[in-house]
Parts: sequence; structure tokens; C-alpha cells
Amino acid sequence: MEEKKSKKKKVSQIHINQKWCKGCYLCLEVCPKKVFEKSKEVSEKGFTPVFVAHPEQCTACLQCEMLCPDLAINVQKEN
Amino acid sequence: MQGDEACAEGAIAAGCRFYAGYPITPASEIMTHMVRRLADVAGVFIQMEDEIGSISSVIGASWAGAKAMTATSGPGISLMTEGIGYAVITETPCVIVDVQRAGPSTGQATRPGQGDVMQVKWGPHGDNEMVAFAPWSVQEMYDLTIKAFNFAERFRVPAFVLADEAVGHLRETLVVKEEVEVFDRFKAPNLPPFGTEAPNGVPPMPAFGEGANLLVTGSTHDPWGFRKTADSAVQARLTERLVLKVQDFKSEVIETEAHLLEDSEIAVVSYGFTARAALQAVKSLRKEGTKVGLLRLVSIWPFAEEAIAELGKRCRVIFVPEMNRGQVAGELKKYTTTPVISLPKTNGEVIEPAEIVEGIRRYEV
Amino acid sequence: MNEKIFQMINPQSFPTPFCPGCGHGILMGAVLRAIAELEYDMKKMLFASGIGCAAWIPSPHFKADTLHTLHGRAIAYATGAKLFNPKLKVMVISGDGDLSSIGGNHLIHAARRNIDMTVVCANNGIYGMTGGQVASTTPIGSRTITTPGGNLERPFDLCKLVEASGATFVARQPVATPVPLTRTLKRAIAHRGFAFVDVPSPCPTQFGRRNAFRTAYDMIKALKDSCIPVEKAKGLAPAELRGKTIVGEFVNSTD
Repeated sequence: MEEKKSKKKKVSQIHINQKWCKGCYLCLEVCPKKVFEKSKEVSEKGFTPVFVAHPEQCTACLQCEMLCPDLAINVQKEN
Repeated sequence: MQGDEACAEGAIAAGCRFYAGYPITPASEIMTHMVRRLADVAGVFIQMEDEIGSISSVIGASWAGAKAMTATSGPGISLMTEGIGYAVITETPCVIVDVQRAGPSTGQATRPGQGDVMQVKWGPHGDNEMVAFAPWSVQEMYDLTIKAFNFAERFRVPAFVLADEAVGHLRETLVVKEEVEVFDRFKAPNLPPFGTEAPNGVPPMPAFGEGANLLVTGSTHDPWGFRKTADSAVQARLTERLVLKVQDFKSEVIETEAHLLEDSEIAVVSYGFTARAALQAVKSLRKEGTKVGLLRLVSIWPFAEEAIAELGKRCRVIFVPEMNRGQVAGELKKYTTTPVISLPKTNGEVIEPAEIVEGIRRYEV
Repeated sequence: MNEKIFQMINPQSFPTPFCPGCGHGILMGAVLRAIAELEYDMKKMLFASGIGCAAWIPSPHFKADTLHTLHGRAIAYATGAKLFNPKLKVMVISGDGDLSSIGGNHLIHAARRNIDMTVVCANNGIYGMTGGQVASTTPIGSRTITTPGGNLERPFDLCKLVEASGATFVARQPVATPVPLTRTLKRAIAHRGFAFVDVPSPCPTQFGRRNAFRTAYDMIKALKDSCIPVEKAKGLAPAELRGKTIVGEFVNSTD
């Protein structure tokens, strides 16, 4: 699976490393803006990762990035 | 000078600049002497909270670049055993002095023994090949400690000085050379530190702080140190190389000393303090016309298999006096079919020449 | 904002072996962030660890000198390295069982010596790697594989233990609050002397499943909700503190 980039560039770009994501959904639960959703596809490691469903709602609070146990989320703030 | 002190002097001469230890009779004098001498050479000393802390910090210091040593006795070796195994698999050069005392367990702390011969080699679980020397004099406490350091650095193994309380507390003259031959660990910054195809089987050893991004681990690992706990090929290669790197060159480590063996029909094999009595016994039997000689084992590990096999061909019986229940005697039997007679003495006292003579006479009758 | 952190890891060792939702993975990121924010040079650092899931935080994931030792012994190994090369900035990252049970003796003596190193305890209150056995930090009543009827023993308060031993920096911050955690880690790492940080870090697989936590997030949320700052905790009775996680700095001395 390819890295998914958000299409609408607002406050941030959120990169999810599909190879490292284990589908623990800490990011999904902790995100105050409900940016993430569970993917319907299975990764090559057998996990169902998250994907960025609502990138425009992200406020770049970085909770997802900090709580991800796998360094699978990288949030880049837009200037 | 006392044997224990001479050992410390040898360590300093070999370049030892880190000592960690814990008090234990009869090795504490080594630690006391190292405190003073390390201060002379701007080395590092720490008395740790136990023997496990001692071997651990010795290994940590070795990876920081130090020639490092600790000294203890049987009970301490028991505690250090897991750490010794770690030094084996991580290929950490270090020297461990075992001033053996009467055991098992707490035993007789102030009395000599030779009961740790097998323990230093076979104590750690798994296979290993290491280096161990058995000094019989204060001079050898100095010389063999230097040898232990040199082989530790050369092979990247833990190396032992298998002393005993008798030679540790003995006082004799020590002759110190001005220049001592010292071997340092191989350095090669871009080569993997935990694997090699070089014929000598010894990889280079970086130190912490050199930017090598070292991956030191006690788990099975590949040449770069990455854990490979499910890789059969890596496990096979590592376990073989750890043993072969010493076995292939054991002739350069093994050291024996022959006394009056040229025309002997009877041989005595001995080591450590006991060998002094064995030599005396052999000389007095010779005066009576018995064709007997002594093979002194200076190195214990790797074992002098060929020398024993050779001895067995020339002699019709071999006697092994030792301050244990026959540990080296048992080892001899692996390498010769010539009768090996164990002369054990485990009353906490050294073996006397007369006792060895008596043991030989009793058999010959 | 992970760009700097990606330079500090060995990417070939990712994805990590940690379970999905493992608190130790969160701690791994927090440690790297702390070092990055302090602008410390990874080349001058040494990361020592023992045996267990937590010990796999630095080894082999950190691109630096790592020393993966024996169970309970990381602090003793690190002591030797630090004494011989005091220029090394030494961090010990290991688990609660490793540091306080089998390693308890080395922990208290290093604290007593106030040796300059930072010890981070990834505290999940269980022996995770070996299948979920009870630990010296398991809460009373918790189910583990060796306490199927509920743990009867009292757990250590690791911060009190280490404080009593003489450490000059002692703090607790859970992985559930990564911002205070990173901040505290920075202060601990920069501290000269023995610094200890107790980091409650949930184990969803061994602890969570046996103790009625359905998801990793349930554990994170419960942990976060249980936190009470040390200043507030001072005025409360023991009964009010039951089940709470007291967080903050307990000792910060420059002696």
C-alpha cells in the first residue's frame, strides 16, 4: 500500500506509514477532530491500518503523532 | 610480594585501567592493591554492590574501551557466571581472576582448593571456548595475568587466572621486566564488530563514543549486532565461530612444562600450587630410582589434549593430584586410554609431596 | 514533525516488534523527541537496557551505541561504561521487573551513588514478554497469569524507592500524556546526577486483556484519567489516592 497524502492542504499534511501502522487506533480515538477512520483494506503485515479520512479538520495538535507507538504518523505543518 | 599483589601488578603492566570488584576471601587483596595502583596510572576503580555488578561493569567498561578486570573466588564465580556467558557471546575481552578456595558453596573461605576448574569453563550455559591459566608461583601470578589480558584482547574472550588461596597468599620474589609485550584489540572502523570471514575469526572491536552505532547484545546476532533470534544460519555461524576462533589457534595458547619426563614410565600431571608438591614428589621418587616425571599444566583451557595423548603413549600410568575430587583427572581420561589415577585431597589443606609419593607407591604395590 | 526523529532510528528494524497499542512504543517516540529537542548528539549517547519488551525500546531501534545486557543488569553495565568514559551521556531504558525486581539492587546502589545517568522505567506492571506474570509493580487485585485469582502482594512505589535510595531527580509521567512526558524526560536527561523517571505504560496484550480492558485506548484513557499532580496529591488521604497515578517531579536537587 502506498503512503496516503491528504488532498486538501489546510493546516497540515498527515502522512501514515502503512507498513508501520498496526491498526491500534490510538490516533483515531485520541484525535479531537475525528480525522482518522479505520481502513477497509488489510496491510501487507496483516493489520487494518488507519487512513486520513478528514484531513481538512486537522488542527495539527500532534496528539496522533505523539501517541502513535510505531512512529507511523508524521504531521507536517503547513506554513 | 604476595601472589594477589603480583597479580594486580601484572594487570597494571598489561594495561588494565578499570577494576570493579567485591570483597571475598581470599581475593580481596587483589582489589586493595588495584585501588592504589590504578590511582598511580589514572585508571578507574569501583567497589560494586555485588559480584554480578562487578562483572557487569567490567564488561561495560571494556566496551567503553578499557582493559578491565575483576577478581573473586568460587562463590563469586558462581554469581558472575551469567555475565561470563554474556562476555562470551558479545566477545568482550576481560580478565577474571579466581583465587580458588575450599568449597563447595561457602566452604572454607580461608583455605585453598582447586575445585573451580570445570566451573570457569562450563559454568555459563551453552558452548564456549575460553582461556584459563593456573599460576604456581608469585612470578606466574604476574606473568600469567599479563598473558590472560593479551589473549583476552587477541581472541575477544573472557580470560581466567585460575589461582588458589595458597599461591594468592604466598610471598616470593617478583621480577618485573621493564618492557612487557602487550596485545591490543583489533580496530577497523568500517567492518562489522560481531562477525567476520577472516581466518582468525576475530572481528574488530569499536568502543562506545566512536560513532560506531554499536549494537551490543546477548541475543544471537548477525555481524552488525542485529538480533537474529529466528535465524538458524546465523545461530550456527555464531556458535561455531565463537568456539573455532580459539580452538583453531589453541596451540598458541596451550602451555605445559615438562620436568624429568624424557625417560619416564610414570607421569604426574599437576597444576597450580599443587604442582610445586608434585615436582618435589617426582624428584624424591627419582632419587629412589623410579622413572617418574611431571607434566605441569600452565594453561588449563583450552585443554592440552595432544600433550596428554602423547604422554599417555609414553607412560603406563598417569597420576593427577589435585585439591578437588578429580576434575582434571577426569578430563585426562578423554584423551588417553592409559590408566589415570586421581589423587584427590579436599580437606582444605595443600597437598604435600609425601602424600603424592604415598599415592604413587600405593598404586605401584 | 518527526523528521529529526527519523534520523535517529535504524529504519531497517521497523516496524517494531511491539504489540499494537503498546505503551512502550509511545515512550520510544517521547525519548527520541526529548533528545531531539535538547539537541543532543546521538553519537555521544549510550543506551543500555536489560531484558524484556521495554529493553527493546533502544535496541535495535536507536541509531546510536546501544548495550542490550542481561536481565536486571543494565545499570551495572552502564556504570562501568560511564566510569571509564565519563563523556558518554548514558540512558538506561528498561522495564519495571527488570529494573526493580531482578535489578533492584543495582537500581538502589546507582541511586545511592548518584551516578550521572538517566534511568527510564517503562512500567507496565507485568512481565509482558514472557506471557504476563505478576511483577513487583502489579496493582493489588490485578489478574496475571501467575495470579489468576488476583494479585495478593503490594506493589512498589518506584519513585519512593529510588528517592529513598538517594536519587537527585525523581519523577513520574505516563505515556498517556506525551507532552508532559517529553518535557519531564528532557529535564531528567539534562540533569547532572542520577535521574529516574517512572513511566506508566500500558500493556494491552498481557495486562489489558486479563483485566477487562477491551482496547489499548481504554487503557490509555484510564491511565490518563487516573493521573493526579503531586501538588494536589499532597493534601489527600491514602484512601483518596487509591488507584490514582501521582505524576510530576518528586525530587529535583543539584546536590
